Amino acid sequence: MLAWTIYISFFGALVLLLLPRSSTTLARIVAMLTAVTGFAIALIAFVEHRSGELQTIVRADWMPTLGIQYHLAADGISLCLVLLTGVVAITGILFSWNIEKRTKEFFAFYLLLIGSVYGVFLSYDLFLLFVFYEIVIIPKYFLIAIWGSTRKEYGAMKLAIYSFVGSAMVLVGLIAAYVVAGEHSMSLDALAGFAFPVHFQMWAFPLVFVGFAILAGLWPFHTWAPTGHVAAPTAASMLLAGVVMKLGAYGCLRVAMTLFPLGLAPWGFHFLGLGSWRDVFSLLAVIGIIYGAMVALVQKDFKFVIGYSSVSHMGFILLGLMTLNTIGLEGAIVQMVSHGILAGLLFGVVGRMVYDRTHTRELAALGPMNLNKAIPFAAITFVIAGMASMGLPGFSGFAAELMILLGAWHAFPWLAVGTGLGIVIGVVYVWRAMQKAFFAESVTGANHPPLEPISFPERLGAGILIACSVAIGLYPQMLTKVIVPALNSPLFDGLRKGGWQ
Amino acid sequence: MSSFPCITLLTALPIVGAIVLLLLGGNKKLVRWTSFGFSLLILLMALAMWHQFDPASGALQFQERHAWIPALNIEYRVGVDGLGLLMVLLSAVVVPISMAASWKIEERVSLYFALMLLLQACLFGAFTALNFVHWFTFWELSLVPAFFLIKIWGGPKRTPAATQFLVYTMVGSVAMLLSFLAIYVATNKFDFVELAQMAQSGQLMPTVLSHISVGRITAHHLELLIFAGVFLGFAVKVPLIPFHTWLPATYSEAPTGTTILLTGAMSKMGVYGFLRILLPIFGIQMQQVLTPLLWLAVATVVLSTYAALAQKDLKRIFAYSSINHLGYCLLAIFAVAKCSGGDAGLIAEKYAAMNGVLLQMFNHGLTAATIFWFIALLEQRSGGLRGLNDFGGLRKVAPVFTGLMGVALFSSLGLPGLNGFIGEFLIFKGSFPLVKWATSISVIGLLVTAIVILGVIQRVFSGPLHEKWATFPDLTTGERVALVPVITLMFVLGLYPQLVLGVINSSVIQMVHQLKF
Amino acid sequence: MSTSYLQLIRFALPEVIVVATALLVLVVDLLLLRKQSLRTRFAMTSVLAVVGCLSAIASLVLAPSLGSLYGEMFLANPLVNFVQIAVLALTIFTLLLTVDSSFTNHVGEFVFLVLLATTGMLFLVATLDLLVIFTSLELLSLSLYIMTAFDKENARSSEAALKYFLFGGMSAAFLLFGFSILYGLSNSTSLLQIAASIHGVSPLLVIAIVTTVIGFGFKVAAAPLHFWAPDVYESAPIPAAAFIASGSKVASFFVFFEIMAVGLAGASGGAAWLHFTNGWVPAVAAVAALSMVLGNTVAIVQSSVRRLLAYSAVAHAGYMLIAIIGHTQQNLSALLYYVVTYGLATIGAFGVIGVVERQTGNDRLDSFNGLSRRAPLLSACLFVFLLSLAGIPPLAGFFGKFYLFVSALHATPGSSGLLWLVVLAIAMSAVSLYYYLQVLKRAFVTAPSVEGEMLPVPAVTQAVVAVLAFGVVLFGSFPNLLLHWIQSALAASGW
Repeated sequence: MLAWTIYISFFGALVLLLLPRSSTTLARIVAMLTAVTGFAIALIAFVEHRSGELQTIVRADWMPTLGIQYHLAADGISLCLVLLTGVVAITGILFSWNIEKRTKEFFAFYLLLIGSVYGVFLSYDLFLLFVFYEIVIIPKYFLIAIWGSTRKEYGAMKLAIYSFVGSAMVLVGLIAAYVVAGEHSMSLDALAGFAFPVHFQMWAFPLVFVGFAILAGLWPFHTWAPTGHVAAPTAASMLLAGVVMKLGAYGCLRVAMTLFPLGLAPWGFHFLGLGSWRDVFSLLAVIGIIYGAMVALVQKDFKFVIGYSSVSHMGFILLGLMTLNTIGLEGAIVQMVSHGILAGLLFGVVGRMVYDRTHTRELAALGPMNLNKAIPFAAITFVIAGMASMGLPGFSGFAAELMILLGAWHAFPWLAVGTGLGIVIGVVYVWRAMQKAFFAESVTGANHPPLEPISFPERLGAGILIACSVAIGLYPQMLTKVIVPALNSPLFDGLRKGGWQ
Repeated sequence: MSSFPCITLLTALPIVGAIVLLLLGGNKKLVRWTSFGFSLLILLMALAMWHQFDPASGALQFQERHAWIPALNIEYRVGVDGLGLLMVLLSAVVVPISMAASWKIEERVSLYFALMLLLQACLFGAFTALNFVHWFTFWELSLVPAFFLIKIWGGPKRTPAATQFLVYTMVGSVAMLLSFLAIYVATNKFDFVELAQMAQSGQLMPTVLSHISVGRITAHHLELLIFAGVFLGFAVKVPLIPFHTWLPATYSEAPTGTTILLTGAMSKMGVYGFLRILLPIFGIQMQQVLTPLLWLAVATVVLSTYAALAQKDLKRIFAYSSINHLGYCLLAIFAVAKCSGGDAGLIAEKYAAMNGVLLQMFNHGLTAATIFWFIALLEQRSGGLRGLNDFGGLRKVAPVFTGLMGVALFSSLGLPGLNGFIGEFLIFKGSFPLVKWATSISVIGLLVTAIVILGVIQRVFSGPLHEKWATFPDLTTGERVALVPVITLMFVLGLYPQLVLGVINSSVIQMVHQLKF
Repeated sequence: MSTSYLQLIRFALPEVIVVATALLVLVVDLLLLRKQSLRTRFAMTSVLAVVGCLSAIASLVLAPSLGSLYGEMFLANPLVNFVQIAVLALTIFTLLLTVDSSFTNHVGEFVFLVLLATTGMLFLVATLDLLVIFTSLELLSLSLYIMTAFDKENARSSEAALKYFLFGGMSAAFLLFGFSILYGLSNSTSLLQIAASIHGVSPLLVIAIVTTVIGFGFKVAAAPLHFWAPDVYESAPIPAAAFIASGSKVASFFVFFEIMAVGLAGASGGAAWLHFTNGWVPAVAAVAALSMVLGNTVAIVQSSVRRLLAYSAVAHAGYMLIAIIGHTQQNLSALLYYVVTYGLATIGAFGVIGVVERQTGNDRLDSFNGLSRRAPLLSACLFVFLLSLAGIPPLAGFFGKFYLFVSALHATPGSSGLLWLVVLAIAMSAVSLYYYLQVLKRAFVTAPSVEGEMLPVPAVTQAVVAVLAFGVVLFGSFPNLLLHWIQSALAASGW
């Protein structure tokens, strides 16, 4: 059943391509129906999921001579992210309801992207996972290059090349692992169960980890993220920050860390005070948190603020992964969901509600428009999203960052303190952007044409995302009760033995 | 313990009110009266709780306890003892006052009053929460309505003021969060009551230190660092000099109605934190660095009055005066911390000091709110002027105004018979035997405060009448009706402090007894 | 020689059919079609040739012969049959692209040459004898030289052909020189005999290796022997270019693999990182590495799509050489899968370029502006071909690379010997996405220079391109269709 999330999205894309060129409304409706169906399937699966179970969805021979299978399966972690994808997909369509240029192609690429994202989260065979992972690159390139703004072709190409370089690194690692393990299978559990030699894991782990982490915005490989997000059309930046970056983080956990747990072990020597890849990546993650926040603090372009904030928030995820304790990993996964929702919301406000109306993203230019009076709904939504994003309690961001910080206290007390600094700066940049964009002192005499009011689809989209964030914030149990058993499954045995209490 | 979730309801009611106000929208008059009605309803409910409250028991009452995030051992746990109830009452009293003082707000009225009610909900939440996560939620959330109240309706320099306010408080909060996480990592507890028990049995810090080590920092320093994080969070909020610089700017730029809420109720969150969290949980660490802490308290008391002396803006004068008044509270708290566990002979002094602290919190809330209300009325009449030297001789044209504001000012000065006196008296009475030199120096604060307030009275009400104010209107009937109950309350509390002491005494006794370290 | 001619004909039935068709085409065109329009002549002759190739395939499928003749001079086994079918299939697609052409009056001669080249390839892959290899290679090459020059109205076509011919002649000389040394060393032209007498590397053998690698390096357009390729790809008539880029690649790579893996097995040496040992492997590894780097980087700056494809072909030759370096059975199956699917995608890409060229007159990147608005189906196919070349799943190019790299790693003990080459290859393929996307960007992102004008697409070309695209998707999604065939053929042929 869950596999239909993938098929239905691809099918929807195909249907869209076959529609006559003029039927824009129909295209929107088809896309919406597809996304809603996908989400409904995901939701049913999530509700029916029995904690701790790895639910095999499809398992069929694909390339029997190579031991590669068409194997889809879902555990709690995948389900959370599949659900997130469903939510972001729906709201992304709501926020792009007004796209008039080549509408059906837009939604076709959009659904192709969604389908592949579902595919990555549900793949249990690593070959299959990689296939979906690479498919993602293409639609996102075109979504940005065709429908984007501000240096769109540059941003799109940079994103595509970074992603492709990252996936090339992953491919090297996967091929090597597959060959070393004897070419019997690419199945996750088979490879995770294979005892790779330590020296092999020592180079394969960082390779694959960084390969995935490029897409997760790991500092210093994050530079695609701000430019890509800024160039992308609203729905694409929502997806990009909302789910595509999560693909990277998911890959880090699912593939790199699961396959090569010994890659995290100490090197046996110290270099600049760093004693293992774990130290290196956690340090990079914290640098990312602080650096992203500091750069966001000085941006003039509203969307760049959000773009860099994504880098900062993704740093939390990577830090959570590196803590290697249940609570940190749990926090990382909750943060994936939380940031997916919040980044979607923030980009929705900035890209759709503000930019599409004012046609500028310069904070200095937005200020005099007195947006908090012109489009109060946008202002309120941004305030709420900003609060959630800075980690105010009661929203999903707090629950996630709390868990990550707890994990970090266990693992790297120093870095936990550094992370605190990142949180403080996070508060400052959100409020700065908010003030400059929505609450700046109005210049008397400046006359601006009235802005188009916020439409119903936008209100609905914002409402859905806020509701999700609050729901997770108030009741994180909803996610953690499926995540924890998944983390305790035999799949993560290797990681658990590698130092995770 | 009643099964009726009255605390949850009390917290939810303002939120409901805020939503109703937002939905009402345009009609300003309707919005004002609705919000005022809500605030009175809430006040009634708080009074009903007071009525139900068992003053003989110092224990937590009206408790509600539900599992929230079992995986992290986080509970939804609320309850009040005398301290909590007093603060709830204070918030419930201050909000109608601040609404009355905001009656003339004309811009985006429904949002303004909705934010006020939201702020009240956060205050209730913070004063009743017994679990760190839950408490922290409200502690942080309270910043948001406060920020917007300043940001949207504030004076000319509102933007830097609001930002400064937010950033200062946030830095403190994050430091506090990190410290609590460190504790949680070791103990798996977020519950204030349980943590306090651990601390008093002397297990808390050893447990924490056995779980956490940070580089080459010694255990002793780490312990102090954790303490410092929490301390910073509260010290900014109170504020303690030198963490106070956000306050004058914020109070003077905020619309006066908001200032009332900030100084009357919100500033008590800091002191409340000292009493509920810092003293029971980190008492030992407090003792270890007591001398510097006392210096800070004394500096706060003394320097703030001199700063007040130098101000020309009425709002800034009373902003510094607020710092001064809360400085007394901290002086007493540190004094109690110094002698805890040791000499049983000083127990009466400790009771006195603690009772004084609680009284002072309530009374300062009431008095400061009233004074700022009067400043709001002055501003309304003068078209926004509130400089110390802008007025003069008002007593000739507005005798009632002068009289009633004089009462409030004398209360602030600590005139016996008015509510301000008894709190300060108990604080000094209790603290002096505990920390002699510090209390002695702090007396300077009392003297300078007197100079400041008398100066205000003289410059504003006496002297030659400026011709500009020849037509200065006296209080209207409506204003009199609104003000008289408050002034009456000042007299009542001044003459019959038992009204408050009755509520808090048992809790204070229990609180002091629990400090066994 | 006791073999009867009948047996020989029976053995070489596909070759015979193709040659007969070639002659028939020539005759029919000269005698019957002179008066017809150019279009009819191209259509008739191409269809005739396609029928001939189809019957050759049918003879291979329905009545496959097994065994060998005259030592290893003529060989027939499932593997050879597979390669022959692949070559014939690619020829058919090339011929179908010819249907709508109009670049020359000498229609019959052109189709005749295509078929002659095909014959050369069929012989080339069905032998393990140096002499037959050389002669059939020359048959192939000479046909290709002439085909390149066929567009007589285009001076550049002749120039390219001349360049091709001069380089080709020189490389043939090198190859012959190398072969003669091998013969001198082993006293035989049979690869099996040569293999039996070569153990270790002698100075003379080094010369033989170097010259052979040069000769074949030229054939497969590997750097630094690729100089002819950009000109030929750019200026040859579309069918000729497509043919050079697809069918001839299949045959050349197969033979190159055979010579190295079979004939010189005793002198392979090693190319493990920092542990190079003397032999032909390090030489090929150097060529492969250079090809990958040079092809991919130079392709970035091209503004002509055909030249871009030429440099990308250099890069792909580099990837495929990795399979030769590994020289195990698994490498061979990976190589065959790769080169066949590469051929499909390349012919398809040339088909699309042909259509665009016919309308705009050139193959500059700008000519592709807004193609997706002007010819949606065609541009969708181009999308598939180029992304397959870039190695994006689920297209055939991806699985080809994946399997190629897997088998390369597997080829050396400890699995890490060729890792450096694999890493380089994967890194370079990441670079390649950039220039393929440059083309696709024009097609899908940039607005058409003339708004609203649809591109006339000949029906046959459209159909061929669509079939090829479908094939690329199909083989990519279900690699087992092709792989299973290759592997069983390999197993049945004693590899």
